[in-house]
Amino acid sequence: MPVPILKQSHYLIATIQSALNDSDLLQLRDALVSKVGSLRSRGVIVDVTALDVLDSFASRTVRDLAYMIRLRGAETVIVGIQPEVAFAMVQLGITMEDVATALDLEEGLAYLDRKTQHGQRAL
Amino acid sequence: MKIAKDQNPDIQEIVSGSTAELLRQLVAHLRQNRTDLREEWARRITQAKLLTAMNDAEIFAEATSVYDNYVEALETGTFEALQAYARNLSERIIPRGVQTDEVVGIVLLLRDVLARSLFAKYQADFNLLNRILDAYEPAANRIANTVAVGFVQERERIIRQQQDAIRELSTPVLQVRERLLILPIIGVMDPQRARQLTEQLLRGIRANRARVVVIDITGVAAIDSHVANHLVQTVEASRLLGATVIVTGLSPEIAQTLVNIGVDLGKMNTVGDLQGGIEEAERLLGYKVVPLTEATAKD
Amino acid sequence: MASVPSEPENRKCVPVASDDDLVVARREGRILAEQLGFSTSEATLVATAISELARNIVSYARRGEIQVSLVHNGSKRGINIVARDEGPGILDINLAMREGYSTSGGFGIGLPGVRRIMDEFDIASDVGRGTTITITKWKR
Repeated sequence: MPVPILKQSHYLIATIQSALNDSDLLQLRDALVSKVGSLRSRGVIVDVTALDVLDSFASRTVRDLAYMIRLRGAETVIVGIQPEVAFAMVQLGITMEDVATALDLEEGLAYLDRKTQHGQRAL
Repeated sequence: MKIAKDQNPDIQEIVSGSTAELLRQLVAHLRQNRTDLREEWARRITQAKLLTAMNDAEIFAEATSVYDNYVEALETGTFEALQAYARNLSERIIPRGVQTDEVVGIVLLLRDVLARSLFAKYQADFNLLNRILDAYEPAANRIANTVAVGFVQERERIIRQQQDAIRELSTPVLQVRERLLILPIIGVMDPQRARQLTEQLLRGIRANRARVVVIDITGVAAIDSHVANHLVQTVEASRLLGATVIVTGLSPEIAQTLVNIGVDLGKMNTVGDLQGGIEEAERLLGYKVVPLTEATAKD
Repeated sequence: MASVPSEPENRKCVPVASDDDLVVARREGRILAEQLGFSTSEATLVATAISELARNIVSYARRGEIQVSLVHNGSKRGINIVARDEGPGILDINLAMREGYSTSGGFGIGLPGVRRIMDEFDIASDVGRGTTITITKWKR
């Protein structure tokens, strides 16, 4: 099932539902990368609040996603990682070091505002 | 009737046609005389002033279950059902205030009552009596052991539960400013406590929407590498929830432990003491603390 | 201390052949873990371990199964997971179990990570015949 992607001013927000399988995640990655280009977005928020498991494949894909979006000139932030999921991840050794994370949508938007301020080109 | 000899190593050597037959006789005798033997047992329990926390009807009901489970264990040579029953029984009677010595006491009394009835039945034939006892004793002892151990294990489980509750109470996560949490850790850190702290902290970060957490370990004397790893994991997990962690009160010993397990202290945000940590946290959050006079002068 | 499991209860077998099956296997594991009274944290660990093992099956062996069941040893109760496949097998188990190793160029979490979070871990593999990984987590 494809993940819905919303446009909010300069940002894209993808909200993942639970029971996401591998192909859905890869599809999301490609859709976001594509849309960032076509819609000239400055930032992407991926909301994983509904995910009850974040395993090594999911983190790899998220990391790739952030990297590819960075190549398109935009920032990515992952929000909504559940406390239990975060704990499981670090115990498994999955740290997602190079990916920005924030508590929730509100914090994610604040983060992107701060980040993109600096990168904003003069009109 | 077969005895599952691999389940009961104690009676492994003596399983042979005639011994199996003896055990069968024994079990049949115990079943036939169930009512009398149970009454005798209940009488001895009261005489020994055991299970005073329970009334007669309750003692009778439990006595019946124990008796039947006992004979069943003798018959089958398997102890899973007995173990399960012992756990279940313990769960019910521990809150009633029944003590370990009472549980051990009543099981031993049952063993005695049954042994006496065997003496009475086989007194005419000393050799046969001996052989019956050879079959009975190891099994009866294993049963007593199973029930006693089951009871003790249940008690230990309850104690652990209570300890968890105490731990939870004794390590509060404090919110001192908006978006700022402080976790002062005092005392002994074991892996269990460390795990509990991490879970509490992460839940706290979410509930309070904290952006910065100050973990103060001034009160922790020493940690082993397991706990040091937990600390590192806590910092990493907090980051996944969007919070920055500042660790304060790092003693030279603990710093050494962290270095030894390969932690790059340069990557961990550490400040000397709690005061300094809070100031750094406020700075990160964009707070500026000014003296009262200066503030009022501006008004 | 190796467990002497009594007859496993509530055994559930999930065939694994596609990434949709991963979702099912994770869910079954979580359900069983919660049934046993594991905390959400522990249940998440179990579900994540299942995800890793099931994904390895799909990636390397195309097809296999995940079996979850409750086990006990004395008064301990726990969850047991067996990940079985008839795939190519692992050529060098020691290499696969080394921290940081990964054939898919990923994070190298895989097996060492799973072993770290479980209480018991056993792996048996025959090249050309298949792999069986058995893990157990006891309730504290």
